[in-house]
Amino acid sequence: MSTSITLLIPLLLGIGGFIVATSRARRFSDVGSGKMHSLPKYHGYLVALSIIVPAYLIIFLWLFFEQSVLRGVIVNALPDALTNGATPAQVSLLISQVQQAASGATFGNPDPAIVEVAGRLREAVVFSRWALPLVIVLVGLATAAVLVSRIAKRFRARNYSEAIMRGLLIFCATLSILATLGILLSLLFEGLQFFSRVSPIEFFFGTRWDPQIAIRPDQIGSSGAFGAIPVFMGTLTIAFTALFVAIPVGIFAAIYMAEFASPHVRGVVKPLIELLAGIPTIVYGFFAVLVISPFIREWLGSIGIAVSPTAAIVPGLVMGVMLIPFISSLSDDAITAVPQSLKDGSLGLGANRAETVTKVLLPAALPGIVGGVLLATTRAIGETMIVVMAAGLTANMTVNPLQGVTTVTVQIVALLTGDTEFDNPKTLAAFGLGLTLFLATLLLNLVAIQIVKRFREQYD
Amino acid sequence: MMENVSFATAGAHARAPEMPVKMFGRKVEVFYGQKQALHGVDLEIPERQVTALIGPSGCGKSTFLRCLNRMNDTVAIARVVGDIRLDGEDIYDKSIDVVELRARVGMVFQKPNPFPKSIFENVAYGPRIHGLFKNKAHLQEIVETSLKRAGLFEEVKDRLDEPGTGLSGGQQQRLCIARAIAVSPEVILMDEPCSALDPIATATVEELIDELKQNYTIVIVTHSMQQAARVSQRTAMFHLGRIVEVGPTEKMFSNPDDKRTQDYITGRFG
Repeated sequence: MSTSITLLIPLLLGIGGFIVATSRARRFSDVGSGKMHSLPKYHGYLVALSIIVPAYLIIFLWLFFEQSVLRGVIVNALPDALTNGATPAQVSLLISQVQQAASGATFGNPDPAIVEVAGRLREAVVFSRWALPLVIVLVGLATAAVLVSRIAKRFRARNYSEAIMRGLLIFCATLSILATLGILLSLLFEGLQFFSRVSPIEFFFGTRWDPQIAIRPDQIGSSGAFGAIPVFMGTLTIAFTALFVAIPVGIFAAIYMAEFASPHVRGVVKPLIELLAGIPTIVYGFFAVLVISPFIREWLGSIGIAVSPTAAIVPGLVMGVMLIPFISSLSDDAITAVPQSLKDGSLGLGANRAETVTKVLLPAALPGIVGGVLLATTRAIGETMIVVMAAGLTANMTVNPLQGVTTVTVQIVALLTGDTEFDNPKTLAAFGLGLTLFLATLLLNLVAIQIVKRFREQYD
Repeated sequence: MMENVSFATAGAHARAPEMPVKMFGRKVEVFYGQKQALHGVDLEIPERQVTALIGPSGCGKSTFLRCLNRMNDTVAIARVVGDIRLDGEDIYDKSIDVVELRARVGMVFQKPNPFPKSIFENVAYGPRIHGLFKNKAHLQEIVETSLKRAGLFEEVKDRLDEPGTGLSGGQQQRLCIARAIAVSPEVILMDEPCSALDPIATATVEELIDELKQNYTIVIVTHSMQQAARVSQRTAMFHLGRIVEVGPTEKMFSNPDDKRTQDYITGRFG
């Protein structure tokens, strides 16, 4: 039986259980008198949830362990002659041969022993496919039978079903936290591996970044330098160039939309600006490489300023455009959240609109605007695609936006692209960079969220 | 017949000499989009007296008040028709700068709305935007005088640097009054200035209004009959976007001509 049908079974069982349980509960003469503890529908919910939740748990665990059980089946079935003295790598080769044979993809003349084991594997798979729905149905029916038989006047079905629902909600909420934790732990683990090979002092304070190492002992070449300062400087140069564009444009656009635009204009302009946030970053990348880069080089070249083809200013400008909606949208929210009474107070004293904006609205909205800027900053230093396309690979110790720089994200991409081994500092350096980036953006995000929150409390 | 309306200080009703007219409105009509909020209102506002605008909710008294310093300009769909003059000048004339007008006709709002700045900066706001001071000491003096006139100086003189939003409701409202008088307006409009205050703070603000009328022309919108009786010399009764009766407060509260005024002030409707 196919997995998709198996996935439907618990739902059908649950609906059936709901119908049976509610109709059973309705048969009590006390229904409608208020003497039953729980309404019939809660008896239904309890039965349905008690069928559905364990059933999906069983399906999940079954599919999770199916592969390793099947592997065990194969290993057991393989004749000793083949497995005796075989290395783990050879065993997994045998296993994949069996799996291919079982799925009908055989090349040449396969070993008859393998063909036989493949037959066993097929049987096992078929057994698993049918056993799973059977188990679900049996467990579901048993649960339903027990619970339906317990339906009584004082049976607290509502409380139990609410407890199950609450458990589900907690599970979902925990899942996202666990995901974050898992990401952090895997980064931390690999990052620590890196720092056990390269000292953190070299990494955080070294000024030469050249993550090439000799592949063979006799190879002539660099032994690798992992001073990340130039990489950080490149990241910050591009991020600051981007913010240099995005902050003024974003804030001025927000002031225009919040205070000066008519509702009609605002209705058109605001979605158009927010459209910028929806453009895929790779499209921004094209734009940077194909339009901005040649334009800037020609333009500045014509007045005698040499610009590197991978100058920080190119991805910086384009990233700045990308960040405009982040800042304008959050600033607009912050400005419009300032109470009308403050605006009236200022206008009532004879202040004009500009004075009201600069002296009352902006100071009152400042925390919200700062929060928006910090969120944009985390985007700027974590942005990958634009810089991969438009920034360089060579790490230069410079803050000059006209020179080529590289960024943390570009280096991570470069270090992890192609054939990689996870036992040398070159590859592990990516995790060192990733960990640093993650911690920096996490910190900025926390600060931004705190500021925005405090701002919200001010007027609520 | 007027047993349930208590008259406060006799001072408020000491027969005022006939005062020249500071502002007046003729045939004032206001539209919010398609809806007409005022249907031809005529009202004269005498100089250095308190004029109270009373009437049930939605009768147009706040709308009329907001016409007097063109605060309705900030409402995109509002349209004002008619003639409103300050010292004989049409305030809706093209030659009138609305910023200048509002410096002459100040406003205090229903909810205290101090800016999220220090007490000092709140009062200094108006003088700063209008450039009303010569040097720092002069500004200091203006702020101090305004706070004194608003009866707030003694309470806040040691903490002028603290945020104005940290004051109590009554103090905040007096701060807003101080802020309004710091630009030396000629007229002060008050839109239910005590509706968000407790009785004690209300009494303080009412005393203040009584004192302020020596220097300023005051127009106050109020929901409280007692307040109108206590602080004003002239009362205008609004109903459904029209003035049904206007006259000396004493007469309005003791012997109103209009049946609706009588019913309203005795609490039979509204």
